[in-house]
Amino acid sequence: MTPPEPTKHVAVGRRVFLGVTGLAALGVAIGASVQNFLGNALGSGLGGLLPGGDRFRIYSITGTYPKIKDADYRLRVSGLVRHPKTFTLDDLRAMPVTSFTKTFQCVTGWKVPDVQWEGVLLSDIMDAVGVRPGAVALTFESYDRNDTESLTIDQARLPDVIVAYRMLGAPVTTEHGGPVRLYVAPMFGYKSLKWLSAIRVVNQVQPGFWEQNGYPVNGWLDGTTGPTNPDPNLT
Amino acid sequence: MAVYPTVTHRVARLMRFDHVQRSAHWANAMLFGALMFTAIPLYFGSFFGVVLPRHVMEQIHLWSGLALPLPIIISLLGPWGRQMRRDVRRVNAWTREEIRWLQTLGRSPLEADKFNPGQKLNAIFIGAAIVVMLVTGAMLQWFRFFSVSLRQGATFVHDAFAFAIFAAVLGHIILAITHRDSLRSIFKGWVNEQWAATHATRWLEEPRGVADSPDSL
Repeated sequence: MTPPEPTKHVAVGRRVFLGVTGLAALGVAIGASVQNFLGNALGSGLGGLLPGGDRFRIYSITGTYPKIKDADYRLRVSGLVRHPKTFTLDDLRAMPVTSFTKTFQCVTGWKVPDVQWEGVLLSDIMDAVGVRPGAVALTFESYDRNDTESLTIDQARLPDVIVAYRMLGAPVTTEHGGPVRLYVAPMFGYKSLKWLSAIRVVNQVQPGFWEQNGYPVNGWLDGTTGPTNPDPNLT
Repeated sequence: MAVYPTVTHRVARLMRFDHVQRSAHWANAMLFGALMFTAIPLYFGSFFGVVLPRHVMEQIHLWSGLALPLPIIISLLGPWGRQMRRDVRRVNAWTREEIRWLQTLGRSPLEADKFNPGQKLNAIFIGAAIVVMLVTGAMLQWFRFFSVSLRQGATFVHDAFAFAIFAAVLGHIILAITHRDSLRSIFKGWVNEQWAATHATRWLEEPRGVADSPDSL
């Protein structure tokens, strides 16, 4: 039974419902461009205030963040190398510094533009230990005892793949994977393993934690998943 | 029931929300509560993530989100949903007077329906928001099927609507606790006739069947 209708009715409910959901659909379709435009127009400071914009979502596999004192930090590099070596934080800081500003892009869609990174080129570390013939890939381990990652030797030698100890103009914080994390600029964020504890040089690619959970082993930012990146200017 | 000397007639009670609607409301409210509670550490991970187990929050958020449309769907479909369906039609159908009342922010005269235009708008928005959050949330959960640009758009919309929902729910709760007679009706189902005469004149004048009498509460 419908209520009696003394006056004419307008289906406002249906219109508002369709209007709101339509607006949302438009937002999904062009939200990325709007955000990029606003981010550029307003600068990343204001962009960070917008919902969904320019904000790190902190992910942790274990639900906890390993707390490592700077003095206790060690990076063990082993496997198919001539001189296995354990680096302290001071050892890394004493090596040639590489720094750049890049967009951090998560595979799930959020991104943070203009993040400053500072650290040591992974290729410098590989040179310091001497990669032996037969080496194909690197596997990375985390202090969280769960996350692992992998890169081919060629990927690891890219000029924007670093072992980072500074981020956003300060030492890498615990939640961002400090004191030392990997940063693989041309790939999605899950490749940039946090709380880096060990690197092993191995003779085949061993898919890491996220890859075993369905992400591509080669997570290039352009969406391609081949071993080599067709576009050298991804970031 | 105690009868006071000043009471000259028995106050009639009108059923505003039947038990199906009340159950649906509180199931919906609990799901919204769980989603909003877990949304805060998920969004502001840098402040709360250290102390709260994030994967637990994620699981609560995911499963509450997937269950979100159930209270409304279950209460609408089936033989028990008669009044629910009727109220959905009320929320949809607006008179010119109601549109005008909303445009003037309540300053134009109104012979109010069971729900005033603000309440109707809230219900429509929440209904639309459930659909939007469910779809964009699913896009973020099963992101593999969508381009990075669409994922970013879905994140943007999910976050923007989350802010709007927090505002709407906060307003809803403030208005509820400052309007005790209305608030009681979502717990006990009924309002008294004087309340209806003031706040829902047009509804009060509708013909009522036996099913609407207080005895069936």
